[in-house]
Amino acid sequence: MQNNLLEGLKEHENKLLTIWSQILQESGAGDGAMEEEESKEFASLFLSALSKSENAQEFEKVHDLIVGIASSRGKRGFSPRENAEYLISFKQAASQILSELIKDPAQLYEANLKLNEILDNMTIMTFEAFMKGREDIISRQIDEISEISTPVIAVWDGIVALPIIGTLDSSRTQIVMENLLQQIVDTGSSIAILDISGVPAVDSLVAQHLIKTVSATRLMGAECIISGIRPEIAQTVVHLGIDLTGIITKASLASALQTAFDMLQLNVVKRKVIVG
Amino acid sequence: MTTITNNKEEALIVREQDVVPLRNRVKEYGVKVGMSILNQTKLITATSELVRNLLKYGGGGKVIIESVSNGRDNGVRVTFIDNGPGIADITLAMKDGYSTGKSLGLGLPGTKRLVNEFDIKSELGNGTTVTITKWKNG
Ligand SMILES: Nc1ncnc2c1ncn2[C@@H]1O[C@H](COP(=O)(O)OP(=O)(O)OP(=O)(O)O)[C@@H](O)[C@H]1O
Ligand SMILES: [Mg+2]
Repeated sequence: MQNNLLEGLKEHENKLLTIWSQILQESGAGDGAMEEEESKEFASLFLSALSKSENAQEFEKVHDLIVGIASSRGKRGFSPRENAEYLISFKQAASQILSELIKDPAQLYEANLKLNEILDNMTIMTFEAFMKGREDIISRQIDEISEISTPVIAVWDGIVALPIIGTLDSSRTQIVMENLLQQIVDTGSSIAILDISGVPAVDSLVAQHLIKTVSATRLMGAECIISGIRPEIAQTVVHLGIDLTGIITKASLASALQTAFDMLQLNVVKRKVIVG
Repeated sequence: MTTITNNKEEALIVREQDVVPLRNRVKEYGVKVGMSILNQTKLITATSELVRNLLKYGGGGKVIIESVSNGRDNGVRVTFIDNGPGIADITLAMKDGYSTGKSLGLGLPGTKRLVNEFDIKSELGNGTTVTITKWKNG
């Protein structure tokens, strides 16, 4: 099958554009000047790619263009459906012209088949581009979440606490550790409390990360307490065979704070109420 | 004793980001059969270990989650299948502290202690399959 059945379209670029924009306006998928520019560029590149028949490289350029147009339209608020309709209406316009140009039904059928093949493929590409845009957003958000979800809190003069919520994977541990060590330096703290109440499971990898964080804290001359060890976590850790004996662990943040006060030789006492 | 499968699904595991969603699915299965928090935690910790091995040593693979019953009890069975290099000496790999990955070497032996049934099959050059079952009351 050759493209030359479609080549006749090239002579009718202006007509094609007119019909296309009419269909777009009727369907409500059009948005004026910006689109007119894009459509012009697309139609002209598409048609010139057709005449350089079977030239895959030429179509590559058309593909790049349509992906670019689709993402720009996406940013302007078009849905993936409307982007697909954009190309489908181009196909309708081209098909209408073809039926005026080609009189032989068999040839017309061939031409339409080819047109469908080319444009359906491009329509799929606009969907893929949309998906990829979404995936980029998601992965950026993952990065942001892991950064904002590791706050280091100065709870007392000389004591910092870091509540960990969610899964501690390798990349997250790195962020946690860096934040914690930096805060120890910045605040001149000598005690760090790592609270894992919000960590769903402690497997050998998480345990290893915790042990590393504790050693790094000690290297900085500070002590590290791990708090928020829930009963089910404690039992699971024991069955797994993880040895946390060298580490100060506490069930709650409150008891970790109490231990920290003791280490700093601080006393929290209830004020005497003088009844007068 | 025959075990029947009530519900089953598969997941492809190819990167670290696949670990957390898988663990959450396994947890949902545990919740559905009415497992205690302790047994749920043991199950997801075991899952975590094995899926990490599958990624780290097996280069990724497939995980099958099933909810099973044996007439007396209900439970969750998870099967980890990879087509990686396989394990040369399973007895050695099952020893506490044995690791070729500069790690704690607790994954396999620890997992065995966390679940009720543990089965490992491995063939050099042909991959590794580990199946674990955690019963609701186990
Ligand atoms: N799916 C697998 N394919 C190939 N080799 C494996 C596989 N799973 C485990 N092994 C081998 O068995 C060894 C022991 O595994 P195990 O999970 O007990 O320890 P680890 O992964 O090295 O350390 P840890 O799990 O404590 O972080 C591994 O170091 C590795 O050599
Ligand atoms: Mg392991």
